[in-house]
Amino acid sequence: MTTIDTATEAIAVPPGLLRRIIRQRQAKIGLVLTGIVVLVAVVGPLLLPWLTGYTSTEFAGRPFQPDGVFGTDNLGRDILSRFLGGGLTLLVFAALATALGMVLGTAAGMLAAYQGGALDGIIMRGNDVLLALPQLVFALLAITVLGPQGWVVVLVIGITHAPRIARVTRSAASAVITEDFIRASEMYAVPRWKILLKDVLPNITGPLMVELGLRMTYSIAAIASLSFLGLGMQPPTADWGLMINENRIALTVQPWGVILPVLAIAILTVGSNLITDAVARASATVEENK
Amino acid sequence: MLGLILRRLSISAVILLIVSMLVFVATLLLPGDPAQAILGQQATPERLEALREQMNLNDPFAQRYLHWLGGLFVGDFGVSAASGGSVAALLGDRIAASLVLMALAAAISIPVGILVGTYSALRRGRAGDHAATGISLVLAALPDFVIGIALVTLFSTTVFTVLPSVTMAPPGEQVWDYPSQLILPVLTLVLVVMPYIIRMMRTTMIEVLDSGYVEMARLKGVPERQVIVRHALPHAIAPVAQVVAIQLAWLAGGIVVVEFLFRYPGVGQALVDAVTNRDVQVVQALAMLIAAVYVVVNLLADIVGIVTNPKLRTGGIR
Repeated sequence: MTTIDTATEAIAVPPGLLRRIIRQRQAKIGLVLTGIVVLVAVVGPLLLPWLTGYTSTEFAGRPFQPDGVFGTDNLGRDILSRFLGGGLTLLVFAALATALGMVLGTAAGMLAAYQGGALDGIIMRGNDVLLALPQLVFALLAITVLGPQGWVVVLVIGITHAPRIARVTRSAASAVITEDFIRASEMYAVPRWKILLKDVLPNITGPLMVELGLRMTYSIAAIASLSFLGLGMQPPTADWGLMINENRIALTVQPWGVILPVLAIAILTVGSNLITDAVARASATVEENK
Repeated sequence: MLGLILRRLSISAVILLIVSMLVFVATLLLPGDPAQAILGQQATPERLEALREQMNLNDPFAQRYLHWLGGLFVGDFGVSAASGGSVAALLGDRIAASLVLMALAAAISIPVGILVGTYSALRRGRAGDHAATGISLVLAALPDFVIGIALVTLFSTTVFTVLPSVTMAPPGEQVWDYPSQLILPVLTLVLVVMPYIIRMMRTTMIEVLDSGYVEMARLKGVPERQVIVRHALPHAIAPVAQVVAIQLAWLAGGIVVVEFLFRYPGVGQALVDAVTNRDVQVVQALAMLIAAVYVVVNLLADIVGIVTNPKLRTGGIR
């Protein structure tokens, strides 16, 4: 064990990707910002009853009154309760949509790069078709047909992420599959899926991590936008996007119902964008060291 | 070069055709009968049958698709289930209103973005550059409605009340007769689009400034101003044109949220209303319209890329 350690010390291996990310100031700020919002969204629903005395859908009094810490909303519900209870769905849905997009996109991109030929053509042309509609318009079309439901939103955002992720994966993977160790695995008759998972995937984690951060930011924005349009989460659910929609008519008398969720979404997306930026820089330095 | 452009053109046409099929299949999946939706529950079977005949609902699927597709080319988008009127009449003014919004946003964000990006590149590493990159990083992360709400809070409700937060033109008058109502929607779009232009301009400009020919020009004693305007800028414009085109294409979809936020009477607001009412004919027409703008702008970006790239222009590649 010790001999191996000293051996690696001697070649001065550059620190791991994670450590290089954490070292950057942007990543630290980003982690703190997203951490705060995630904490509010996750712990909020648990603390709700004894912190404010109301659940997120319970009526606390008359509409737009300054009762409680931040007052009441358009239907007389406690704004702080709705704020604390309204972040978790956004985060979970955004994470699910991102995960779906990453799995579909990475699989399609790696297959296209590795198989080449007709399959590559079909996958990439399919991508072009999906990319011809703006993400939001695609989502609106799906919602018209299937109705404004959580799973529809997750599915359609995930699917529209996939072609964008597939493009990045394909170009990153094409550089890897020409390497000698892939040919070596092929000569040992390692099954294709194993080559893709064990040999190709670990070598494209840099660009994929950047993509993950980027898509997470976009998922949050897209899902919050749909709720804001009244076409995502449906009343009486407590949800940050929906809260902004419900309370914006009273921005002059009762701004907190809008300002709290807007601030939370802003801090969240800025934080995750800062992290993504740090990841991009960190993985760029890997490329230079090669 | 012409062959390459023609190839891109035909690819775009095929993509639009497949998109139109996808969009049309949406009607098939929808539960219920459009004729019933227009006439309501009280309609007599005879009237239903008559309207079905009129809307060609009794024809086979493929024939309906071809009829719909043919209608798109002559501006016949079908009948709105929510209002009962023709979709084309519903959208006429709105298309113009949305184009005004997009054109104004583009006319402001492109030159300002290029200027700020160039400034940032020239002051690389100094305070001005840090401020510009920091602000554009934050703006690029924010969803469009967050920027819009922030502007409304700042300028029309809570902090100052100097600008109108909703667009309201009396019937018969156009939105551009009230310029003050356009400020906030346009500003929102500008703030959403500009960060990408700034970042791209900065990156390319830095690359160009580090290149051999800029150093050569400087060593020859060419004044710095002329180095930038005559030698550096033209080379940085080509890659930025691509990003500008992508952002313009984004505007086609991005106006949806911004129009809804400011109650701006454009196609975006119409699209949200149609989705809320599940008015499929209108959603289909608008999806095709937006897809067409998206594809055409991307095509233009490719053509700009081909024309400005000497290797592609002279057929050196392929």
